[in-house]
Amino acid sequence: MKSSHMRHRQQQFGFSLLTLMTLFTVIPIAGVVIYILILGTPAINWEFLTGFPREGMRAGGIWPAIVGTFYLTLGTSVFAVPFGIGAAIYLSEYASDNRATQLIRIAIINLAGIPSVVYGLFGLGLFVLFLNFGTSILAGSLTLSIMTLPVIISTTEEALRAVPQAFRTVSISVGATKWQTIRRIVLPQALPGILTGVILGLERAAGETAPILFTVAAFFLPRLPNSPLDATMALPYHLYVISTQVPGMPIKIQYGTALVLLVFVLSMNIIATSIRSRARARRQW
Amino acid sequence: MSIFQNFINSSHSKREFLITLFIKIAGYSAIVFVGMIFIFLLLEGLPAVQKVNLTSLVSSRWYPIEDYFGILPLIGGSIIITLGATLIAVPFGIGSAVYLSEIAPHWVRELLKPLVEILGGLPSVVLGFLGMLVLSPFLRKLLDLPTGLTAFTGAILLGGIAIPTVMSVAEDALDAVPRSYRDASLAMGATEWQTIWRVTVPAARSGVLTAIMLGIGRAIGETMTVMMVTGNAPILPRGIGNLFSPVRTMTATIAAEMGEVANGSVHYHVLFLIGIVLFLISLAVNITASTVIFRQKKRQERILS
Repeated sequence: MKSSHMRHRQQQFGFSLLTLMTLFTVIPIAGVVIYILILGTPAINWEFLTGFPREGMRAGGIWPAIVGTFYLTLGTSVFAVPFGIGAAIYLSEYASDNRATQLIRIAIINLAGIPSVVYGLFGLGLFVLFLNFGTSILAGSLTLSIMTLPVIISTTEEALRAVPQAFRTVSISVGATKWQTIRRIVLPQALPGILTGVILGLERAAGETAPILFTVAAFFLPRLPNSPLDATMALPYHLYVISTQVPGMPIKIQYGTALVLLVFVLSMNIIATSIRSRARARRQW
Repeated sequence: MSIFQNFINSSHSKREFLITLFIKIAGYSAIVFVGMIFIFLLLEGLPAVQKVNLTSLVSSRWYPIEDYFGILPLIGGSIIITLGATLIAVPFGIGSAVYLSEIAPHWVRELLKPLVEILGGLPSVVLGFLGMLVLSPFLRKLLDLPTGLTAFTGAILLGGIAIPTVMSVAEDALDAVPRSYRDASLAMGATEWQTIWRVTVPAARSGVLTAIMLGIGRAIGETMTVMMVTGNAPILPRGIGNLFSPVRTMTATIAAEMGEVANGSVHYHVLFLIGIVLFLISLAVNITASTVIFRQKKRQERILS
């Protein structure tokens, strides 16, 4: 048996090692964000944010890509939010614990795990070619929606389940129907959690490149899309294009684009997590 | 009068009926979507097997311009990078999960958890971009390689991408271990260190396994990062030495080539076939991960009843 002294030394060593590993994990994350912030900021000016690309994208702005990513995020929310919340309500309030429900859960876990580029293939096969939407905001949004669903479903379900059962029992016992109970009692109580899940899901959609490669993204389109059936530029794909496909691309513009994408995505992340933590602090049950 | 007709009679009940119907449809939609994805991959991918003979598909030469469609180098590329990423993500992900859940003071935990969640949300194209511009030149100089765009560079970045997945799932699992387990162990005279590795982590074993599986799934499916930093040379890796030379993964091949093929060509169908392989791998990984979750739940139910 080891002496207590040795056991203490072992513990100290172990703890320091784990602390070090955690720092190794966390410091590069902060590093990435700060690095892009420093190198990207000089590129940011009014023309860069609101202008169209010029000279083969080597000058001018990235406005069409910003607008495109905004439209795609919006389009994704139109499909993914009602379906995701509906599915979560089903799982939390209606489904009984049987084989069918288990199958739904396995399907959700699998949806979450399917590689994003496979979603791109699926979107190409179903929306672009089979349903003949062409490479369009519609096809891209639908593809991104299905990819986003599992995030929204699982976070919403968690939020719904956190609402105490007693709330439902009381509501039903004073004569409310099941839907009235869900609509007036459960959903409002779970709203912050649902919002967090929705925003985190849309954050993922906004930052993804692979699913939009063959379903929506335009290499260079110096105008804004007119309808959901138009193709569009998008920030993540634009960053990929200008950093790999365009020779002689000024490095400043690349970092500037990365910064705008990062700010777009991180601000969604920060909004989502702050909604969650504020709701937790205010929760009365 | 049946209950169904009762529902329809008043307009109020009709609305409730329709909403409930929508909720049920949405509930089953996940199954429909997984099924549809698989069917579409099969429809577009299986013709490849008819048009290219099987021995050519399972060969080690990928050169689509001259109709060489050997997918082994691509599978090999995916495996070597995923293996490397797993070797990084598992110790670091689980190490930091243990640190955050068992050792860190409350305020450190509150500070670091959101930070790691941010890494999970960083767009992979941004990481690929930095990998190309910063990490790969650095590694090229450090290791004195002809190019910095290697499997190793990809593995490091993928490891970083998989860490948040591994960490957050493992941390949840450790967090779910009842306080009393730790108290009992400490009361018996074990140190905190011994308690962590002999009581808490084994008690959270299935959750930790799930974390590892999901991390592997995340790494194997990642596309943009590997496409940008691994050099994209379809060479079959034959040993550990290939870690430091360019490779090409299945995901990167689809992403790089699908934009340039004619719809319905042999090349097009082969790319969908690679999609089927990826789909099946992620299916296997995730079903393994989820059966671990279900087993654990059942065990808990047994203990509680």
